[in-house]
Amino acid sequence: MTIVEERQLVARLLGGEQGATQSLAEHLRRFGPAPSIDRRHAEVLAGEVERAGLTGRGGAGFPAFRKWSTIASSRRRPIVAVNAMEGEPASAKDQLLLAYAPHLVLDGAEAVAGALGASAIALCLPDDRPGLVAHLEERLAERARTRSAVPVEIYQLPARYVAGEETALVSALEGGSSLPAFRADKTVPLRLGRATVLVHNTETLAHVALIARYGAVWFRGVGDPEAPGTCLVSLSGDLAAPGVVEVETGTPLRRILEAGRPNEPVQAVLLGGYGGSWLPESALETPYAPGPLRRLGAVMGAGVLVAVSTSGCGIRETERVVRYLASESAGQCGPCLFGLPALAEDLGRLASGKADRGLVERLERRLGEVDGRGACRHPDGAVRLVRSALITFAPDVSAHLRGAPCAGAHRPTAMVLPPVADWRRQVG
Amino acid sequence: MAEVLKWNPAICDGFGYCAEMLPEMIGLDEWGFPMVKVHEVPETLLAAARQAVKFCPRRALALVPAPVGTPRRRSVKGAGQRAAAGSARR
Repeated sequence: MTIVEERQLVARLLGGEQGATQSLAEHLRRFGPAPSIDRRHAEVLAGEVERAGLTGRGGAGFPAFRKWSTIASSRRRPIVAVNAMEGEPASAKDQLLLAYAPHLVLDGAEAVAGALGASAIALCLPDDRPGLVAHLEERLAERARTRSAVPVEIYQLPARYVAGEETALVSALEGGSSLPAFRADKTVPLRLGRATVLVHNTETLAHVALIARYGAVWFRGVGDPEAPGTCLVSLSGDLAAPGVVEVETGTPLRRILEAGRPNEPVQAVLLGGYGGSWLPESALETPYAPGPLRRLGAVMGAGVLVAVSTSGCGIRETERVVRYLASESAGQCGPCLFGLPALAEDLGRLASGKADRGLVERLERRLGEVDGRGACRHPDGAVRLVRSALITFAPDVSAHLRGAPCAGAHRPTAMVLPPVADWRRQVG
Repeated sequence: MAEVLKWNPAICDGFGYCAEMLPEMIGLDEWGFPMVKVHEVPETLLAAARQAVKFCPRRALALVPAPVGTPRRRSVKGAGQRAAAGSARR
C-alpha cells in the first residue's frame, strides 16, 4: 500500500517532503526536537493528553491517558508496548506510519515510557515484515547516537488476526501463544512477569509525540470536538487508488472515499475493520467521527474503509469476510469456533440464492448465540458485521431469499483477504 | 451476599453438566455451550449453583461476588465481606 500522496486532506503525521520523514535529521527538521520527559512530567503529560482528548487508534477508541493511571500506581517499573501488529487485513496505517514517520512513533513511546518511568519499550511487529524490521533497526541506531533513552527492543510476533489483542500480545511477549485470554476486570493492568505492561497502538503514540511538542490546544485545532485531531484511514476495495490517507476527524465519509478514487458507483462501505459495520451509500455524508457514526451503529475502529461497488454483492462479500474471521478464530471458545463457520454457511446459502425457509430466523438466533460469548471481542465483531449487512443490504437479502439471481455474487472479491491459515495445527 | 455466575468460554469444553444441574439459570446453545440466562444467583438456587460449579470438569464456571454498583449504594461492611469472599476463592 502507498500513501495517497497528492490527496492528503491534512498532514500532521504523514506529509512532509515526499510524504516521508524517515531519517532522524528529516524528522527533527520537520517537527523540531522532542521534549525530554521523565517521571516529573508524568502529570503534565497525562493532563495534556487528557485535554487533547486523544482517543486510542487501535480499534477500541479508549481515551489514551486513562490507561496510564492504573500503571502509574504500581511499584515496579512498567514496560511500554508499541502495538504494530495490525492484524486487520484491510489496515495498513500502522506499518505505513512506522515506515514513513518512525521517529514520531518512537518519540511518543519514549514520552510515555519516560513519564511512567518504564524500564523498556517493546516494539511489537508481525513476523512477516523483515523489511520493516531492518528499516526500524536502522532508525533505532540513528537515535542511539544522539541520546540515551529507554531501551527499545523489537519483537516479531505471529502475524495473525487476534495477535494484536492486548492479552494475546502480552502472552506472545512472554513467550506464550498469541491467544487472547479471558479477562474479568479490564482495569487490572496486564503483566509481563512482575512488571505491568502498557499497550498502545502505533498511531496513538505518534499523536502523543505531537501533543508533547505542541500541546493540547494545538491538537484540538482540527477535527471533531469529541475525538479531535487527525486520524489515518486505510482505503481499500473497488478503488483505483487504495492506500492510507490522513484526515481530520469529522470529515464526511464521501470525501475520504473520493481520495481512493472509486472505480464504479459505490454501493456501500465497510467501516472500522472486518469486525466493523457496513454503511449504505446514502450514509456517506456522515462525518467520520465517533458520535455521528455511533448513531448509525458504526465505529471508527482501526480506521478501515472498504468500498464495494454497485456491481458487487454485499452478502457474498460479508460471507467471505466471516469465513476469514472464522479461520482466524483462536479456537478457544466454542461459540466462536463453531458459530462463525455456521454464520458464514448461512450467508453463503443466502448469497447463492439457495436459502431454505428458516434461514433468516436461524441466522438471527445464531447471531444472538455468538454475540458477547467469547473471551475476546473477535466473535462480537463478526456479529456486528453480519447484522449491519442484513440492514445495509436488506433489499438484496429479500431478492436472494426469493432465489433471484445476483450477478455480483459470482464476481471476485473486492476485499483484501489473506489465504486461510490453519492456526489450529500450529497452536496444537 | 449476592453472587453471580461467571462462565469462562476459553476453557469450557461444552460438557453441559451445568445446564443439567441448573436448568433454571443455564441453557445450552446450538453447539452445546452454556448460556447463562440469569446471572445473579437467587437465594433458593445457591446450593444448586455451587454444585454446578463444583462438578464442571473444566472448572469453567465460577461463583463470584456481584459487581459492586455505585459506591454510594455499597455499605462499608458489605463491601469488606465481599472482598474477603472473593480473595478466599482465588
